[in-house]
Amino acid sequence: MLEIRFHGRGGQGAVTSVELLALAAINEGKFAQGFPSFGPERRGAPVMAFLRINDRHIRLRCKIEAPDVVLVLDPSLIRIQKPTADLKPGGLIVLNTPKSPAEVRRDFGFTHRLALVDANTIAREVIGVPITNTTMLGALIKATQVVALDSLKGPLQERFGPLAAKNFQAMQAAYEQTVVEEASA
Amino acid sequence: MAPKTAAARRLGMEVSIAVSHAVKLARAETIAAYPITPQTHIVEYLSTLVANGELDAEFINVESEHSAISTCIGMSAAGARTYTATSSQGLALMNEILYIASAMRFPIVMTVANRALSAPLSIWNDHSDIMGARDIGWIQMFVENGQEAFDHTIMAFRIAENHEVLLPVIVNLDGFILSHVVEALEMVDQDTVDQFLPPYVPRHRLDPNQPVTMGAFALPEIYPEVKMSHQMALAGSYHHILQVWEEWAEITGRRYRPLETYRSEGAKILLLTMGSLSEVAEIAVDELREQGEPVGLLKLRLWRPFPVEDLRRAVAGAELLIICDRALSLGGVGGPVMSEVRSVLYPLASRPATVGYIIGLGGRDVNPAAFKDMVARAREEARRPTAEFHLYGVRG
Repeated sequence: MLEIRFHGRGGQGAVTSVELLALAAINEGKFAQGFPSFGPERRGAPVMAFLRINDRHIRLRCKIEAPDVVLVLDPSLIRIQKPTADLKPGGLIVLNTPKSPAEVRRDFGFTHRLALVDANTIAREVIGVPITNTTMLGALIKATQVVALDSLKGPLQERFGPLAAKNFQAMQAAYEQTVVEEASA
Repeated sequence: MAPKTAAARRLGMEVSIAVSHAVKLARAETIAAYPITPQTHIVEYLSTLVANGELDAEFINVESEHSAISTCIGMSAAGARTYTATSSQGLALMNEILYIASAMRFPIVMTVANRALSAPLSIWNDHSDIMGARDIGWIQMFVENGQEAFDHTIMAFRIAENHEVLLPVIVNLDGFILSHVVEALEMVDQDTVDQFLPPYVPRHRLDPNQPVTMGAFALPEIYPEVKMSHQMALAGSYHHILQVWEEWAEITGRRYRPLETYRSEGAKILLLTMGSLSEVAEIAVDELREQGEPVGLLKLRLWRPFPVEDLRRAVAGAELLIICDRALSLGGVGGPVMSEVRSVLYPLASRPATVGYIIGLGGRDVNPAAFKDMVARAREEARRPTAEFHLYGVRG
């Protein structure tokens, strides 16, 4: 089972991206469970969303405590939420940043496997707004191959209608531009 | 068991939306609901389906849950298949009318997304709301996951409307933990549901051409007899519930029992849970069994009527029964489930020791490790009891 925790701020679409990826996985015949951190979150406040993907029915119904992957939509949350504190030793950090892996490791002291992409720039250029939730899914898929990129087409269409194509395009651009670096010794 | 029909493809959706689809497939004719907090997406989506013409039903938005259930009574009295949903304070506000719905034998179906009661203000899950409505005279059941929420919503109409039953039904699903989760489940097609659930035929209904008295005054000479007939109907609904669940199993391959057992054969220690805790507890049972521990699980699905004999049979041979409540009976002797379970076991010549834990209040997370820890602690507690019950993992 793959357990992914999304970190974002209220309004950045972390919950939406969890739902989209859960639907994509289910459409591929897998089992998935996507849910928000239930609480009185407001726009701009730190929020979390949780996603489990498995080959069989998922019986766990608690928060994700030791994720395989943390995905951070907003790098300013790294110092506030410390999202990587309970990441599994072999885990992956997916980060929205213009920085290089060396810079990220230096600035945050990360030793885990990294997947980095400048999602703000891609989202602004392709979608026209700096909302990076769908863009960041491209980086996550690049590093995990948890679903096929094309499996997001249906869920995106259903959720965004005419805006689906641009969101998919941004996701694809992120998939291509994401830099993946293995864990440092 | 393999389903008789071809395996349906699993779909992903929020569990609340799945319940709405079940209500649509059941062809509910009237829905009344208070649309604001504490509410789920269930009635929001139903209102969309009605507005889009996808569900041919009367949808009445009302100004409170008290009015919602009152309106449901009126619509059910007029002979319509009636549905509503609520949660937490909403169920509490319905309270006085809930007794009337069941005593007047209206087969209303209601989903309760179980949530804590205020104060302190909490939006999170526990069973305080429904345990406050324990004695309302409705059939009540708990579901473990989204698939069960979907299945039981459809089956609830069939049970409620049986002329030998004619009682309202509450399907309890854990608020947020189930209601707000996107997961995979199998739908059932409209033709199958139509065959399983024919249109509602009321035994009596409000009709100016054939007047009947509903909700009459009862003198002391008749009131206890009316209560007794209600009690007999609720207790007697057990066999009809089983029959409906059996028919559903034949169609879908998904078989439900009043008291589910999981790896309980030969178990010396049994956990007892309700709702979404059950599958989490299964994981703990698997891990303990792997370590050679004789631990099993009982999952209480049917809460009213209480499956007395099922429970007595299921504990045979067990030495310790650990009862997990998700509600607190303040000032009482334990959680409401523990109190009942102990009463059921008391007449047995040989019965397991019991230890009660109150867990998951107000949305407190419960993971498999907690169940394993409870098993370890309960062994000690059974040897040397220190309290009537325990609030598990609570500081102070």
